[in-house]
Amino acid sequence: MDVLIALIPISLFLGGLGLAGFFWMLRKGQFDDPDGDANRILSPDYDDKPKE
Amino acid sequence: MGALDQTVGSDTEKPLTGAPCAPIILSLPTIRCAGCISAVERGLAKENGVETARVNLSLKRVTIEAAPEISADHLVATLAAIGYEAHELEPSLLADTKSDAEGKALIKRLAVAGFAMMNVMLLSVSVWAGAEAATRDLMHWVSAFIALPAITYAAQPFFKSALSALKVRRLNMDVPISLAIILAAAMSLYETSQSGEHAYFDAALSLTFFLLAGRYLDHRTRASARSAAQELAALEVPRALKVVNGAEVLTPVAELAIGDVIAIKPGARMPVDGVILTGESEVDRAFLTGESLPAYVGPKCAVNAGEINLTGPLSLKVTATAKDSSLQKMAELVALAETSRNRYTSLADRAAAVYAPGVHLLAALAFVGWMILSGDIRLSLNIAIAVLIITCPCALGLAVPAVTTAASGRLFRRGILLKSATALERLAEIDTVVFDKTGTLTLGTPVLEAPGIYPPDDLALAVGLAAHSSHPLANALTALDITALSGLTDVREIPGHGIEARLNGALVRLGRASWVGADEATQTATHLLRDGQNPVSFMFKDTVRPGIAELIPALQKLGFGIHLITGDSAPAAQAIAKRLGIDNVAANVTPQQKLDIIEGLTADGKQVLMVGDGLNDTAALTAAHVSISPASAIDAARTASDIVVLGSDFSVLSDCIKTARSARARIKENFALSAIYNLIAVPFALLGFATPLMAALAMSTSSITVTLNSWRVR
Repeated sequence: MDVLIALIPISLFLGGLGLAGFFWMLRKGQFDDPDGDANRILSPDYDDKPKE
Repeated sequence: MGALDQTVGSDTEKPLTGAPCAPIILSLPTIRCAGCISAVERGLAKENGVETARVNLSLKRVTIEAAPEISADHLVATLAAIGYEAHELEPSLLADTKSDAEGKALIKRLAVAGFAMMNVMLLSVSVWAGAEAATRDLMHWVSAFIALPAITYAAQPFFKSALSALKVRRLNMDVPISLAIILAAAMSLYETSQSGEHAYFDAALSLTFFLLAGRYLDHRTRASARSAAQELAALEVPRALKVVNGAEVLTPVAELAIGDVIAIKPGARMPVDGVILTGESEVDRAFLTGESLPAYVGPKCAVNAGEINLTGPLSLKVTATAKDSSLQKMAELVALAETSRNRYTSLADRAAAVYAPGVHLLAALAFVGWMILSGDIRLSLNIAIAVLIITCPCALGLAVPAVTTAASGRLFRRGILLKSATALERLAEIDTVVFDKTGTLTLGTPVLEAPGIYPPDDLALAVGLAAHSSHPLANALTALDITALSGLTDVREIPGHGIEARLNGALVRLGRASWVGADEATQTATHLLRDGQNPVSFMFKDTVRPGIAELIPALQKLGFGIHLITGDSAPAAQAIAKRLGIDNVAANVTPQQKLDIIEGLTADGKQVLMVGDGLNDTAALTAAHVSISPASAIDAARTASDIVVLGSDFSVLSDCIKTARSARARIKENFALSAIYNLIAVPFALLGFATPLMAALAMSTSSITVTLNSWRVR
């Protein structure tokens, strides 16, 4: 059971990484136009990122 | 401008280069696919002066950065030419919807609760699998280490709401929720410190997570209702042309004072009440009174705010500011009607009123009962808390918001905006529909009745003359597929009368009956005079709004009573009612009478849906159980309505009613589902058999069933 000493912090760290990533995406406005993003992949226009 | 960019989903840290003026934001009610996005963006990019155009499909808007000389009207026309309906939005009025700080905070709390819940659940699995002694204690301590800070942060909305309810000595749904979360965490911490067997950290966290999910969905419905209202307010761009020392200055309507002189261009709406100083024209009073025939106005005539100037430029002396105008007098009627509206209690509130006291009573009974039976405080408290956790309304918290979110999303995709969170519940209850005529059943745009009966030369001449005017009747003539007669000379429009010209030296006129020398017609008409001949009268009929012809039979099939009430004359009302098969008609009614009719129907026990667009409808819209207006309606009418239809086609309304009924059915099923789950789980908890594993299973399955059931809304 000694492996738990390593595994628990690792799993918490990885989960925390996911949480931080989600916060970052939220701040970057990735969820502002979900319908549009879903449809834009069908368009042949070059659209790497939102035009600024 | 950084803030504005958020609407279009781009980065906030954008450097401000180029494009010195504010972006133009247009509402696009009809876009729905990838093709539409490219078509709109490409169509706009081709225009000279347009720098960027970015469509936001979720909000159905396009944000355009363009050179200052590009007007929104021009872009609206460009989009209309490629087949997309567009309306200008006032960016300053959209400010609040952009940031949505509250929604973002809820999402963050939800993410934290979800993260903590999954980790604690992982640790709990090993406890459930049979970890013992030191290992179990370690798992419990790690869980406590994750759960306590997470709960402190994530469950704050519940604590705050519960506190504010308790301060005014009231119970709301958040009181049992907060109590369950706090007690579960505190009891688990105590049990952990005593090396106890059961810790409910995972239950406390999943409770927080599922309830936050419900809270977020609820917030989204409210926020989109609010942003809908703001979007509608932004559709009206209230400015007037004030004449200062002979020059016209664009002034906000709110800054106009009595005695100011303003210029009204043909096609513009009167922003305030006033008296005409110079100019002659015709005004369209349909919004105010429901009359479909334009009225002649000249110097010294009084005009009211909301009327539309049709033909000639007018200069107007302001007699009442926007605040005191006749528009505002209607507002008093609206305020009167509003009091009855606020009495509606939503299904969720009714459920909470029964539920909250019940849960507390049950937990208290469990504690007292076990104290009497066993005399062990720790055991009794554990059972009471288990009861509180198990009964806690995870599913109940999701029952209403999950359904409303699914339904309003569906309706929004069909171009229907819900402005009120309870609009769907109320719409599901209606049994009577009352329609206004002008602008609601009809579009208010005339078309020539039976073009075939007129001599072709006369028609060609009329079209030739009409090409020189922007009067609605002239537009109706030029819209016909008829080649205009050429060879007209000296063409001039006499505002308020018509158009005259010379054809091979002879005088020809197209315009009002009295000016041309024809007999007054009973319906909308314009008259053509050729030198030395009898005048020809062209009769027009109003176009019925698309979708209405299918809507009325669909409503009748549902067993609804259908009424038509209008301020227009009886023959016009009867004609349209006969065409559509509506039996109950009231014509020539004043706004007060409209209100009386609605209140009369309500007093008879009917639940009335009012559909209207004019200023004269606003009081009736407010008094009705639920109300709908088209996007083309006047601002006050849209404000008074619960639901706004963005497109011009009304056939979606019968679907809207079906969705509302289906939503109400799903909400009731959800309540039943959570009741069944409680009926099964509560006896176990009361008898002291509840374990953290059971609580976790019951909570997740009930929440998931309720959510899945909600997606069945059609």
